[in-house]
Amino acid sequence: MKFGVVVFPGSNCDHDAYHVVSKHIGQPVDFIWHKETDLSGYDAILIPGGFSYGDYLRAGALASFSPVMNAVKEFAAAGGFVFGICNGFQILCETGLLPGALMRNENLHFVCKHVNIRTETSNTPFTRQLDHGLVLSLPIAHAEGNYVCDQATLELLETGDRIVFRYCDEDGRLTDESNPNGAFSNIAGICNEGRNVLGMMPHPERACEDLLGSTDGRAIFLSLARSIEAVEVAA
Amino acid sequence: MKAKVYVTLKPSVLDPQGKAIQHSLELLGYDQIDDVRQGKYFEISIKPSTVEGDARTAVEQFAKEVLTNPVIEDYRVEIL
Repeated sequence: MKFGVVVFPGSNCDHDAYHVVSKHIGQPVDFIWHKETDLSGYDAILIPGGFSYGDYLRAGALASFSPVMNAVKEFAAAGGFVFGICNGFQILCETGLLPGALMRNENLHFVCKHVNIRTETSNTPFTRQLDHGLVLSLPIAHAEGNYVCDQATLELLETGDRIVFRYCDEDGRLTDESNPNGAFSNIAGICNEGRNVLGMMPHPERACEDLLGSTDGRAIFLSLARSIEAVEVAA
Repeated sequence: MKAKVYVTLKPSVLDPQGKAIQHSLELLGYDQIDDVRQGKYFEISIKPSTVEGDARTAVEQFAKEVLTNPVIEDYRVEIL
């Protein structure tokens, strides 16, 4: 099993993601420079958080035109696991691998704090070890996390069981107060139709150690590792 | 030859930045204002050897594919 962490100019959570995979999941992982065009040999590609290209034009927009993103599209089309966190989620939306867009937070603030999110489905390679309804405490750190999409897309996401995480209070209730950025329908993370591409605004890679205040992020990476094992066994 | 591209939020999309600007303008006493929408403006210089039709085709294409996120934004191109 091999993970890759894509590095754009301005990525700043790449080392966190690398650290979690190598130390906590115990699997081989490489950094992949954004000019790379060959992703053969990888089982999962992580698109990390940060400010790729300084968030110029739109958050994630310029990164989506990097050479590596064509390779990521092919990788995803072939069924490879792709996981975008924060700026990585924005990049996946700009690339078209996930529907919708992430706009400026409704309150205009850069919000940096722990939030609660509810697991809306266990039926993804990234959440198979999380119970439906399980509330996770994870940090967010973004100014553009306000998820928007049209009504038809929202219906597709809902009927397809593709809303993976929603912002909630500590008891799992979806409230306006627990929505940190104004996201449509409290959406914190979604997957694609094939369920092999996940994007989410909160940072599970910053919540894998007691020292950091939460270890709730681990189950997501462990789920992904288990999913890769399942593919390897099936092959 | 120059191209001007205006990128604006779709009418259906809320604009929190525009709302904040509107609020500040109201604080300053500009009570005539009904609504403010913030957008982006691009000025692109075209190489002199380019035929206008080709320039328009190219600018329309990259305005749509690069300068705009079609989920939330519209665009308008002017060639001068």
